[in-house]
Amino acid sequence: MQFEFLLEQVVNGLVLGGYYLLIALGLSLIFSVGGIVNLAHGAFYALGAYVFVELTHHLGFGASVVISPLAVALLGIVFERFILRRFYASDPILSLLVTFGLAMVAEQAIRMIWGAAPVSAEIPQSFRGSVILGDFLFSRYRLLILAVVAVVLVGIWLLLHKTSFGRVVRAGIQRPDMVASLGIRLQPYMTTIVMLGVGMAALGGAFFAPITTVHPAMGAEIMTVAFVVVVIGGLGSFWGVVIAALLVGVVRGIAIHFQPAAGEASIYILMFLVLLVRPRGLLGERIEKFE
Amino acid sequence: MIRTSRRTLLKASAALAGASALGFPAIARAQAEKIRIGHLTPLTGFLGVIGGYAQLGVKLAAEEINQSGGILGKQIDLLSEDSINPATAATKAQRMLEQDGAVVLLGEISSASSLTIMQVAERNKKVFFSTGARSDALRGKNCNKYSFHCDIPNTVMVNAVGTALSQKGMVKGKKFFTLTADYIFGHDLLKAAKAFFGTHEANLIGDELIATDVTDFSPYLLKVRQAKPDVVCCNLAGNQVTNLVKQYAEFGLPYPLVGFNLNTGDAWAAGAGNLSGTWPTVWYHTLDNPTSKAFVAAFGKKYGKPPENHAWIDYVTLKLLAEAINTTKSTDSGELISYFEKQSQFDIGKARKAYFRSWDHQLVQEAYPFTVKPKEQMKDQWDMLVLGDAVPAANDPLEQIYPTREQNPCEMKA
Repeated sequence: MQFEFLLEQVVNGLVLGGYYLLIALGLSLIFSVGGIVNLAHGAFYALGAYVFVELTHHLGFGASVVISPLAVALLGIVFERFILRRFYASDPILSLLVTFGLAMVAEQAIRMIWGAAPVSAEIPQSFRGSVILGDFLFSRYRLLILAVVAVVLVGIWLLLHKTSFGRVVRAGIQRPDMVASLGIRLQPYMTTIVMLGVGMAALGGAFFAPITTVHPAMGAEIMTVAFVVVVIGGLGSFWGVVIAALLVGVVRGIAIHFQPAAGEASIYILMFLVLLVRPRGLLGERIEKFE
Repeated sequence: MIRTSRRTLLKASAALAGASALGFPAIARAQAEKIRIGHLTPLTGFLGVIGGYAQLGVKLAAEEINQSGGILGKQIDLLSEDSINPATAATKAQRMLEQDGAVVLLGEISSASSLTIMQVAERNKKVFFSTGARSDALRGKNCNKYSFHCDIPNTVMVNAVGTALSQKGMVKGKKFFTLTADYIFGHDLLKAAKAFFGTHEANLIGDELIATDVTDFSPYLLKVRQAKPDVVCCNLAGNQVTNLVKQYAEFGLPYPLVGFNLNTGDAWAAGAGNLSGTWPTVWYHTLDNPTSKAFVAAFGKKYGKPPENHAWIDYVTLKLLAEAINTTKSTDSGELISYFEKQSQFDIGKARKAYFRSWDHQLVQEAYPFTVKPKEQMKDQWDMLVLGDAVPAANDPLEQIYPTREQNPCEMKA
């Protein structure tokens, strides 16, 4: 019995890890390609949730959960072209400051538009409740999220590994100077990466809005976990982030099963241990420009 | 692309995170012709949402008092800030009393922060009204002469809900599983709940202490399912409640969810269709009496939405404080304390008047259990609760639901 309960926590942790992945993958990609730690990433997650809640008042759940991330992704294009782009070549402190400032501006803007009190949305009736598969209890809604994450993940992987776009991006992570000498400008690629990254964050926000408190500071809340995942996974590695996200979800579940008080601390202990053994993260590659 | 040192980036991230935690306090200087009153409440973090309401309430009270001539003929200069955390709350309280010249302090929701402000108040010999903190211990073993407690304590919330549950046959012989906020407030609430279970022959089969920054409750819900209780009981606070309620509806567990603590703001945040069960409240904007109605109308006119219970409590506290200062014609701590200790009665927008109990400085007042209105019957998004009858019943003494001197002893130093 005890073992089954533990297994249930492990499976639940994997589901939760899938959701962390939506936020962390974009953060990792933007850092790997552009060398920018996007402290405003959480703001796009929050915007995704707020735009989703706003849209559900007019459209249904289905349309809102698609349109919100797309709208935020378009905002991502503006963000890259008018803000981030100015900082690729400058001191990293500047991009940290500007994205940190932007995160505060975004949070305050949300407060001005939607107010400080949380807003709420509901799960559609058909996705309410749980299904029991074997001995395991799954929330229907989280299974839906898991399916969406899987589709997004396959899409991103194919984009990065099976297209010429992906080849340029991966080359850009390792040897931007070589890419430049071949006459390829990385900036349009960066625009797309940022668009994809913030779009994924917004997708996470939209899907999590019905099951979490949608409040102005929600972006800051998610950033800590997202950073932990990126650091554990290692830079430049797609699978590193995937494994780290799932691992963080599972470790938290197991910790809560045995020692609930250690639940939230466990992911930091995990990060600490991983960095002790592998300072570059689990699958982090040696990236020359970051050494 | 440039060469970027990962280490530099990490260091800078840490520095920024640190800077954001400090915040930037507004600086203001005392003005001789005004009476300065300090107000602290959490505006950020897991209690930030309901703290926002508290600030709106106290500002409205100050405005109304000033429009009707102020106190002792002087205007109130209200200094209202984010208390952030227990350590910062104490620092800000000290600064308000020492540098800004505040004559009295009020506010707070977090029991942990309230405790540190109480200590500052005692050290400076200034009166502090802890408006929204509910831990029994603040009125009991941590009590002091300078601190007054306006919200209902944990024991009262447990009694209000427990009585309603007992009437529905949901207590005696039932198996309870509790989810408890892991800080002084939650621990204290669990203690009160255990006492109630003990005297009403209910069994507590499991309890989980949950950190205040937890947003995903799924691992805990799995543990609830494994324990197979009859009733799940929420002893959480602030955003925790909202997240639990939403995720409980998501998983659709078959056990009824009830709670010993809820603020209307958390219920509104959870939204219609997510909340169910029986909960306690200290005040709701549909209460039918002139004081309450006038407040709801004024609040709605100024802010365009109905007030939450923390808006109400900070509003009535500043009002009764103004009344006390005007009556005693003094802002002296000793004068005010002896006025309140005479158990002077105040109209706080409820059917029965309230008073501060002399031996523990608790504002003794009615409380209410509530259930949730079906979504199709709600007039608007704020019209969520169906209030039960006030407890205690109209003929019973008000103090009946409050902890006794034996249960929650308070020794005040002279």
